[in-house]
Amino acid sequence: MPGAVLEMIGVSKGFPGVRALADVDFRLFPGEIHALMGENGAGKSTLIKVLTGVHSADAGEVRLGGERVTVTGPQHAQSLGISTVYQEVNLCPNLTVAENVFIGREPSKAGAIRWREIRRRAAELLTRFGVDVDPGARLGTCSLAIQQLVAIVRAVDISAKVLILDEPTSSLDRDEVEQLFTVMRRLRDDGVAILFVSHFLDQVYEVSDRMTVLRNGALVGEYETARLSRIDLVGHMTGRTLSTLEQLHVRDETARVQAEPVLKADGVGRRGAIAPFDLEIHPGEVVGLAGLLGSGRTEAARLMFGADLADSGTVALGGASVPLRSPNAAIQHGVAFCPENRKSEGLIEDLTVGENIVLALQAANGWLRPLSQARRQELVGRYMTALRITPADPDMPARNLSGGNQQKVLLARWLITQPKLLILDEPTRGIDVGAKAEIQKLVVSLAEDGVAVLFVSAELEEVLRISHKIEILRDRRLIAEIGDTGSVTPEGILEIIANGTTS
Amino acid sequence: MTTLGLKGPVRIRREHAAVLVTFGLLVAMFAAGSIVYPAFGSAQVVVDLFIDNGFLLVIAIGMTFVILTGGIDLSVGAVAALSGMLCAFLLGQWHWPVAVVLPLVLLVGVGFGFGMGYVIHHFEIQPFIATLAGMFLARGLCFVISVDQISITHPFFTEWAQTRIPLGEETNVTPTVLIGLVVFAAAFWTLHYTRFGRAVYAIGGNDQSALLMGLPVARTRIRAYMVSGLCSALGGILFAFYTISASGLHEVGTELDAIAAVVIGGTLLTGGSGYVVGTVLGVMLLGTIQTILRFQGTLSSWWTRIAIGVLLLLFILLQRLLGSSRTRR
Amino acid sequence: MKAVTGHRLFWPAAVLVVMLLANVVVTPGFFSVQVRNGHLYGSLVDILLLGSPLMLIALGMTVVIATGGIDLSVGAVVAISGALACYLISGQQDQGAVTGVLVAVALALALSAVLGFWNGLLVARVGLQPIIATLILMVAGRGVAQLITSGKNINVNSPPYKLIGGGYWLTLPFAVIVVAVVVALTGLAVRRTALGMLLEAIGGNAEASRLVGIRSRRLIVLAYTFCGLCAGIAGLMISSNISTADGNNAGLWMELDAILAVVIGGTALTGGRFTLAGTILGALVIQTLSTTIYTTGVPSQVTLVFKAVVVAIVCLIQSPAFRAKVFRRRARPEAPPPAAPAAADVEVNA
Repeated sequence: MPGAVLEMIGVSKGFPGVRALADVDFRLFPGEIHALMGENGAGKSTLIKVLTGVHSADAGEVRLGGERVTVTGPQHAQSLGISTVYQEVNLCPNLTVAENVFIGREPSKAGAIRWREIRRRAAELLTRFGVDVDPGARLGTCSLAIQQLVAIVRAVDISAKVLILDEPTSSLDRDEVEQLFTVMRRLRDDGVAILFVSHFLDQVYEVSDRMTVLRNGALVGEYETARLSRIDLVGHMTGRTLSTLEQLHVRDETARVQAEPVLKADGVGRRGAIAPFDLEIHPGEVVGLAGLLGSGRTEAARLMFGADLADSGTVALGGASVPLRSPNAAIQHGVAFCPENRKSEGLIEDLTVGENIVLALQAANGWLRPLSQARRQELVGRYMTALRITPADPDMPARNLSGGNQQKVLLARWLITQPKLLILDEPTRGIDVGAKAEIQKLVVSLAEDGVAVLFVSAELEEVLRISHKIEILRDRRLIAEIGDTGSVTPEGILEIIANGTTS
Repeated sequence: MTTLGLKGPVRIRREHAAVLVTFGLLVAMFAAGSIVYPAFGSAQVVVDLFIDNGFLLVIAIGMTFVILTGGIDLSVGAVAALSGMLCAFLLGQWHWPVAVVLPLVLLVGVGFGFGMGYVIHHFEIQPFIATLAGMFLARGLCFVISVDQISITHPFFTEWAQTRIPLGEETNVTPTVLIGLVVFAAAFWTLHYTRFGRAVYAIGGNDQSALLMGLPVARTRIRAYMVSGLCSALGGILFAFYTISASGLHEVGTELDAIAAVVIGGTLLTGGSGYVVGTVLGVMLLGTIQTILRFQGTLSSWWTRIAIGVLLLLFILLQRLLGSSRTRR
Repeated sequence: MKAVTGHRLFWPAAVLVVMLLANVVVTPGFFSVQVRNGHLYGSLVDILLLGSPLMLIALGMTVVIATGGIDLSVGAVVAISGALACYLISGQQDQGAVTGVLVAVALALALSAVLGFWNGLLVARVGLQPIIATLILMVAGRGVAQLITSGKNINVNSPPYKLIGGGYWLTLPFAVIVVAVVVALTGLAVRRTALGMLLEAIGGNAEASRLVGIRSRRLIVLAYTFCGLCAGIAGLMISSNISTADGNNAGLWMELDAILAVVIGGTALTGGRFTLAGTILGALVIQTLSTTIYTTGVPSQVTLVFKAVVVAIVCLIQSPAFRAKVFRRRARPEAPPPAAPAAADVEVNA
């Protein structure tokens, strides 16, 4: 085997309170497609950021072609021959394809840009990579896949040693992914080293030669893709051994079906987000949505609230079909939603804790019917006490609370409205253990009081512990439903995630 | 003046749509004007459009650069007025030579642009606030020089104002028109054939991407405001040639006319898309409206403002329609 | 916390006090207020009276800015409102008839509200950027005003109309009373109902507001309508004060003064938290500045230079980038990328 083009030795990187990378070794060889695998928070993006110079490593070294280098930033990385293409295409949509390939380094004569030359060379490059697009087309009019390919063409034309593809396939459909893979394989055959990050196991197995698995910032191992079974891979990623193959129970229909479902989704889906799926949630039932990062958990949950528009299927709330064109429609039917992204989509940091808590109720009442001061104090006080929000100061700006307390504020906000269905997207992520347990307990007790809960979480134990029924997602599809959660283990679910068919 | 024969990056149909609509409207107005008023169709009327709006054309071209980056420059009218005042003052009171005064005035304009661009980019102040401060400052400085109108008696200016360059038998143009055309040609070349020009478009398209693609975003953005400052100063000088006077109240509202001309010319106010050719058409369209009102005689000048507002609305809605295919959640 | 409210108003109040004190030094009798002919007279009263239109416009602007928007058309609305009222009054047989004046005032205000409503529709329904949406009316508005006045200044001779911007009632300038009433009503409407909180929510985080079920569109339209109405009242005051409607110059650059007043008052241009009291202080600061310059004998137009300096200073102080670069209170390892570590940016606005 030839020498590694890129090598990381003992690299560590910490942020305040977090060890993002701990003594990680990593090798990338010319002419290979190397997958970087790991769950959320495993350290993948930190590793890439160290490679591209966005972050500097606290310890360890990076070697490029055997030479030790200190990458100072994305520009420097590019000049060293390390190019990155992100999921969000970093090109200019208003310029032509050809210009995007060459901007900043346009061939020119006597200070004047030579457009004919640009178009000719761009056409050549695109043909060489098998990208079928008119170089004169405006980039914004091209599909996302083409845009990504153009970004890759640009990156490779600038410097062709190492190409990092960070979740390039997340929003591509099947054919587009194939197109991308064709180009990736061609580059590999040309000797380019490609680092590929994806959440889609099928894709990783389809295109990668080797993979490196990270977990909690530490290196788990480096494997040849062909010699690592999917079950082992998932095991490595999640830190579990799948020795016991549990017998799965088919859905237990006797549980709570007698009552009318609070929510019944029929073929609901959204292109590029989640394939059409069916789902029923009954009063007092906690339904868990399980799946790896990027499997479509959040996307499915958002459709149930009208946060995104579904482009197929119908949703019935309390027996009546409701067109969910906006969150308002869902809220009126007693649906509540705590989004995954607390800061950008949930909390209004400018407002006080108390204001944040009463916001949903007030929005439903309309501005002309304000809660009386006494009622507001009573409600805020009651829920702050019940959820143990600290510091217990309702007049404090919400931005100053810790993550766990912010989450409780969001919960309180919806509990006040006495919802029939509560959708919680990763309510326990990034919060401390105590708060986590409190929130789990709260969910259980809510269900006992007859509230239906749709619970999205990356943590399988958590989902298992509190759910009556688990929906398993993979590669943006709902692939299985487990009705009797008493007889399932986390390993059993991983098994399904690893081996489930995506038909 | 055809938009289709352009070489270079100009191949995108949708972006052409707005320019073509403007062009069509201009032709239609001219045709209608010529039918109703026989004198309207003469070449001199067309030339007069340029003579009367030469300064606006130059200012609007500078504005085009700024708007293409996704910014806005409210200071142009004030900087133009200040330029006129500086000319009048330095020539009339201090008797400095023209060869010193004109470059100096242009430099002041560039300086204003640099200051505002620097603050906008490095301190992340919203463009309209930063240029608003620039506008206040420039207008205020005009009044520091003098609160009254000053007439310019310098022979260079008075002669310039009377110079006519014959163009065929019955038509002639002022040097201002030629300067306007030179500025247009330079702007066109800069925007389409230099890296600075392409970077202007790239920043307007997506400045984060431009940064990641290694383009000099800071330098480009500041330079765009410097171009606008330069054009404003030049426009102010041309206006001084035209009126042979200077006043702190000159060119009030010019910033709005310039913005309107740029938008009506098909440039997106959000940046990244548009052509100087469109700006020229936009200025001519504004000029044509005024000319028609003048020929008409009974309709008063305020209809110009209303017409500009209506056109602005139509073109903004048109842009919105053309741009609505950008999907958003 | 009450202390926070105190902090928010501290700077604008301090600036105002310093300016007033500076005036006392220059003009010893500056603070003296006398009663002449049953009217209050004095520099302070003048500042309140002359600042009334600006206070009103800035009030409306505050509400719009709270939603994360801006209204550039207020100056034009000022001109239109004054023009329509004066046009209607001048056409009446008896210009002094109270009913006639009331009808004229009502129609002018209705038109102003409609213009604000139009802005709101463009922003909330059509989805235009606020600057762009209101630019249209800013451009066309003066034309409309001149259309109403036929390009001439319309002089009216109507005692009831004169009362609005130049008259006295209970020894106080009527305009000041109007401002006090409007401010009080707005304060009540905003803080006694949930309106203020919901507007702040929209301006603070539009996406979160959508997900919490706030009907943003209606509220945004309401804010712009209110802003138009405020500008309309200001327009009546300005034209009434000089008994003339000047379509060309009435309210010229007022939009900029209003924005400036809001910013000085401590409401961020990015939307969210707003303070009506701060805005009133901000407007008074601007008016005091103008008055001060006037009394020192400098041409009043030169005020613009000082305003430019004030805008620059206030904006720079409010700019996080400026503070980071110039003061470097906390040395950060590198410029924080968009996704900064969550817990690290806890910063109390002192």
